[in-house]
Formats: sequence, C-alpha cells, structure tokens
Amino acid sequence: MTHGNLINLHDVYYAYPHEAPVLNGVNFCLAGGDSLGLMGPNGAGKTTFLHVLMGLLKPTQGTVELFGIKPNTPEELRKARLQIGFLFQNSDDQLFSPTVLDDVAFGPLNQGLSREQALERARTTLQTLGLESFEPRVPYRLSGGEKKLVALATILAMEPKVLILDEPTTGLSPEARKRLMTIINDLDTPRLVVSHDADFLSHTTDSILAMRNGVIRPGQLKPHTHMHVHAEGDIPHEHG
Amino acid sequence: MTSLAEPFATGNSFIHRSDPRARIACAVLLTVPMALVDTQLTAWTALVFSLVLTVLALLDPIEIFRRLLVVNLFIVFLWFFLPFSSPGIPIFSIGSLTATKQGFQLALLLTLKSNAVVITLMTLLGTIRMQDMGPAMQAMGVPPKLCHLLLFTYRYIFVIRQEYEVMIRAMQARGFAPANNIHTYRSYAWLVGMLLVRSWDRAERVNSAMLCRGFSGKLYTLSRHRFKFSDMILISAGVLLGSIFVFIDLHIKGII
Repeated sequence: MTHGNLINLHDVYYAYPHEAPVLNGVNFCLAGGDSLGLMGPNGAGKTTFLHVLMGLLKPTQGTVELFGIKPNTPEELRKARLQIGFLFQNSDDQLFSPTVLDDVAFGPLNQGLSREQALERARTTLQTLGLESFEPRVPYRLSGGEKKLVALATILAMEPKVLILDEPTTGLSPEARKRLMTIINDLDTPRLVVSHDADFLSHTTDSILAMRNGVIRPGQLKPHTHMHVHAEGDIPHEHG
Repeated sequence: MTSLAEPFATGNSFIHRSDPRARIACAVLLTVPMALVDTQLTAWTALVFSLVLTVLALLDPIEIFRRLLVVNLFIVFLWFFLPFSSPGIPIFSIGSLTATKQGFQLALLLTLKSNAVVITLMTLLGTIRMQDMGPAMQAMGVPPKLCHLLLFTYRYIFVIRQEYEVMIRAMQARGFAPANNIHTYRSYAWLVGMLLVRSWDRAERVNSAMLCRGFSGKLYTLSRHRFKFSDMILISAGVLLGSIFVFIDLHIKGII
C-alpha cells in the first residue's frame, strides 16, 4: 500500500430523481495525514456529497475511489465503509441499541470480532473518551452532547482509517463543543470535518475547503478582524 | 418514557438467568394451550401455574397488579355483554335483557384465561432484555425482518413520540386549540401525515448509519447465553404443563 489517496472522487455528479443536480462535478481527494474542513451554505450539497462518498448514493456520473478500489458490489462497499468512521449529523439516527455498550460494540461485531474482542474494544474506546460510566445507560436518555460523544465512540471503536464528521457541533453546548474539539484534536486519524462552525474547523483541521453550488473549491482566505467582547462571547456566533 | 422501561428484565432469578430462547419456547408451549382450553378447571389451573411462575421469577407483585389492571379494564366490558348475549339458564333480567348462567361462566372463563396468558408472557417474555430478544428470536429461526421490526419499534417509538410532541407544541404555540371543526381534523391529519414522512426519513437515515457501520442483516448480542441443563428443565416444564392443561381439558370433556 502506498501513501496514496485514501479517498478520491473524480468529477462526480449527482441528482435526486426529478430534481436539479446537487453535485456538479465534484473533485475531492483525502490522503493519509490530511485533515480537511469543508464549509458551505445550506443546500450546497455537503450531505449529498458525503452520502455519495460513503456509497449510500450512487453518483449519476464520475468515480468514487475508496482505499485504492472502486467499490461496486454491496460486499465491496461494506468492506470500504468498515474503514471509514462516519459521524452522522443527528446522533439519534446513529444510536439505536438498547444500551451504550451494545451500540459501541455493534461496529466491531460487524467487523467480525468475537464477543470478547468486541466488548474489550468497546470498553477501551469508552474509557479513552472518559465515558466508561455510560456503558449501561440507554442512548435515547442521554443529553445531546452525551449522545454526540457516544456516537463518536461507536465509530472510533471500529478503528477507522478515515474519520468523516458531518456537522459535529450542531446543537452542542459550549462545554460539549469544547470537549469534542479536544477529543478530535487528540486523534491522528485523517479526517474530513463538515461544519458551519469556522472556529471549530480552524481548531480541528489543517485546511478548509468550500462547497458552493455542488462544486468543491479550495477555501479562500478573506482578511477580517475580530475584536469584540460581549456577554456569552464564548458561544459560537455570527455577525452580520 | 416509562412505558419503555423494562422493570421485569432486571431481576436475577432462575428464570432471568435462563436462555432467552428457552423462555420464548416455554412461553409458546404454555400460552397456546392456555388460549385453546375451554373448561373452568383448566383455566384455574393455568392461572395458578402462571402465578407460581411469577413467584419463581421474583417479580414485583405490585407492578404485575398494575399491569393486570390495564388488561382487565378491557375484560370488564365482557362482563357487561356476555351474560346477556349467551343462551342458557336465566338468572335475572333487566327489562328485555336476560342474564344467563352460561354467559357468566363464559365471561369468567375468558377472564381467567386472558389473565393467565398475560401473566405467563410477563414472566417469560417480559424478563428478556430487549437487546437479547432480537438475537434470540433470530436464533430460533424467526425471519430477520420481524426481529428488526421489533427491535427498531422499541428503539424509535420514543423518538417518534418526541417528534409528535415537538410538532404539537409548535401548533399550540401558534394558538391551536382542538375543537370539533374541520380545521382541527385537517390539522391533525397533517400532523399524522408529517409524522409518517418524518419516520420514513428517519428510517432511511438509520439504515444508512447502520450500513456505514457494516451492518449486513445479522444481529449480534453481547450477552452470553449457553443452553444449560436448567434451560432444558424450563422447556420440559413447558411441555409437561402444556400437556397437563390439554389433558385436564380433554378429560373433563370426556374425550380422554
């Protein structure tokens, strides 16, 4: 295996049935050691792009290459997906098991680990994230921030080669956001973080791309100054 | 939320420790004969045995009673209708309606049987934790689709209820007050429609999320259940008791 590209999308188009195209020739490449951020207005095609990347949607045109192969069959897709940790925007979509421990062990069990190995993996992952006390808890009764951390644990337990985070900070409190930022910063897994939260991206990624009208471009630096003090200023916010 | 709690699943009795598959098998072996027999003595026997089971499982009697109340709320209606609608020896009459002995006996029989069945299911199936239920059913050859259906209904019914509550609150915030008019019915219809659409969307997202974690249709469980000697005893007890019910029933009817 060379240090080549882990993920490579070439000239990808996608349109939902009977609708205008959402992706208009996306080129994207993530190599080992990369840590990329992706920003873009609502409706720019970010989520569609991620779903095409994961093979959940089949592009109308163009190629998706994951870990050096172009997965076609369900089995190839499954194998490729097992190496990508994909954090969904809404944790409730991701957490479905009756207890946190079961949920974290779900991925490892699908990877073919034995019961003991999966349990061990789940426990260590929860411990690393400082969530060991969550094991017996019921996912739907956790708070939003707790759910997000557990959802992150469920994908880290699969020891993915690439992390993809879709809007990880949406709806999080400043404390939960900060904790998530620290955790992600401590990981050396190559990653793609999609977010509206520029501050979060600048802390967790090396370079930021921009998506607009279904195309990804390198992010441009726009000079601007920030110097203001006001109540609750540590909460991410925007100025008109 | 309380309706999703599993108060019976947390014990540590001999029944809780048994293999979930044995419990499911035993439940089927007991409840099918219970539902089919139709003599008073058999029904009483079934009720007594089901109560013995709850004692063996060390279940909280108050909680059992609370649940039985709900069941019997429906059964009360039988007592209003059956005595007057069955032909037989008259006991008393109100106006043109005559209550018969056979009618009362039928109502009593149905009450005994349904309570026995519900108690048995509570003891044998209610003690299985939800995360063990799916894999156990799968191991017994229940079609995977049914297993998944059960598991996901359990997990997402609360989420769907939350969405319902959010929407109804949003409606109230805009001054919605239900009344007997077309506006109310139309709004409720939209609410239900929206709930269906959202559930569908969510189902798709959950499915994607599971595919991303390598789900291939098979459920795994972290609990370790080996088929033990005591599980054999449980199943044998199921066979024996089920046969006893059938035997008493047929004997009373003079067939055996």
